[in-house]
Amino acid sequence: MTCREAIPFLNAYRDGELDLMRTLDLESHVRECRPCAAILETEKTLAEAVASAPYYRASPSLRARVESPREPSWRRPAPWLALAASVIAALFVIGRGAPSDNLGKQIVQAHLRSLRADHLVDIAAAGRHTVRPWFAGKLDYALNVQDISGRGFALAGGRLDSLNGRTVAVLVYQRGPHAVNVFVWPAAGQSDRSPEASTINGLNLVNWRADGMNWWAVSDLGLADLEELPLCPCFMPVHETLRS
Amino acid sequence: MKPPNRPARFDAILLPHLDAAHNLARWLLGSTQDAEDTVQESYLRALTYFQSFHGEDGRAWLLAIVRNTCFEWLHKKRRHIEMPVEHLELFRDAAPSPEALQLRRSDRLAVQRGLEALPPEYREVLVLREMEGMSYKQIAQITNVPIGTVMSRLARARRRLGEALTGAARRETA
Repeated sequence: MTCREAIPFLNAYRDGELDLMRTLDLESHVRECRPCAAILETEKTLAEAVASAPYYRASPSLRARVESPREPSWRRPAPWLALAASVIAALFVIGRGAPSDNLGKQIVQAHLRSLRADHLVDIAAAGRHTVRPWFAGKLDYALNVQDISGRGFALAGGRLDSLNGRTVAVLVYQRGPHAVNVFVWPAAGQSDRSPEASTINGLNLVNWRADGMNWWAVSDLGLADLEELPLCPCFMPVHETLRS
Repeated sequence: MKPPNRPARFDAILLPHLDAAHNLARWLLGSTQDAEDTVQESYLRALTYFQSFHGEDGRAWLLAIVRNTCFEWLHKKRRHIEMPVEHLELFRDAAPSPEALQLRRSDRLAVQRGLEALPPEYREVLVLREMEGMSYKQIAQITNVPIGTVMSRLARARRRLGEALTGAARRETA
């Protein structure tokens, strides 16, 4: 077993969630491999850290309310509604964003435009073999179109959009009812960058730089779901590059 | 809506899990007031749907209702308030090293802050796993995702928490 094979399962190994065969494989791998043993140790420390965080027991008054419910006290008007207004006001003052915000906002605008105008795709996908050649004549860069439908994101198609006056490719993936727009354009000699997450107007974005390209994924998917987009090198284990 | 009469079985099966319900809601919502309202609402819903409970795992069944109620609540709120993901980004450029973690493992406040800064989907798997000691299968049932997703989500959640607990520079993976 190599580190590459072992690392994705270290977590589940520690949690005792693997079948016997795999457990034995990992056991012998970890015995021999110090980096993996160190990752395992980190996992253990983190698990203990979480277990040491506060456990919020129900208050006696909540217990009383749940144990013997009386109609009037059961539903109170949501206090957050009253709070929301003041919080929004506060955010308005504080909420001046980071530098890449501007680009993020443009991407969110483009995403919303594509949904509103019902113009999600210029070319509907029938496998990546239709999408890639379609882009070929229309961009001044080559685009690698990956079919990841086996991993929960169906390729819906492609589209041309414009950012800062530049024509960029957009790959459109679908997860359940949610569309994911992935903007891709060349990164002109800039080095790779790990994924960063952000939220703008309630939409989640993840952006990273890899293979000489800028990648921006935007969707109304939850952040955790969006980070499961297989194109994204999100949270590759630190030791992924090790060979054993 | 007036709650239907409560069968004794309802109390026997679901009341013992009140602490677990409150703990999960409190971690997901970040406020005691909201957690209490949500837990109360969840017990109401549980009562309404109690006929559909076929007596397997009362805690998992109840917690599924609690987390759904919490997420509905979060979505309602999200329409008005942007989620402060920036909190999280402050910590992002770090990788956990065992040594650095060792230094801070007893720092409960740091752990609490780190957990609070995680997206709720990550927070809930950590709470269910480490505080409730639930199996991947139970967590999958509660959060309504495949077991494989539970595994990868837990790995990411722990990794992110590790990043939050260390200030070390993230090693390039590329």
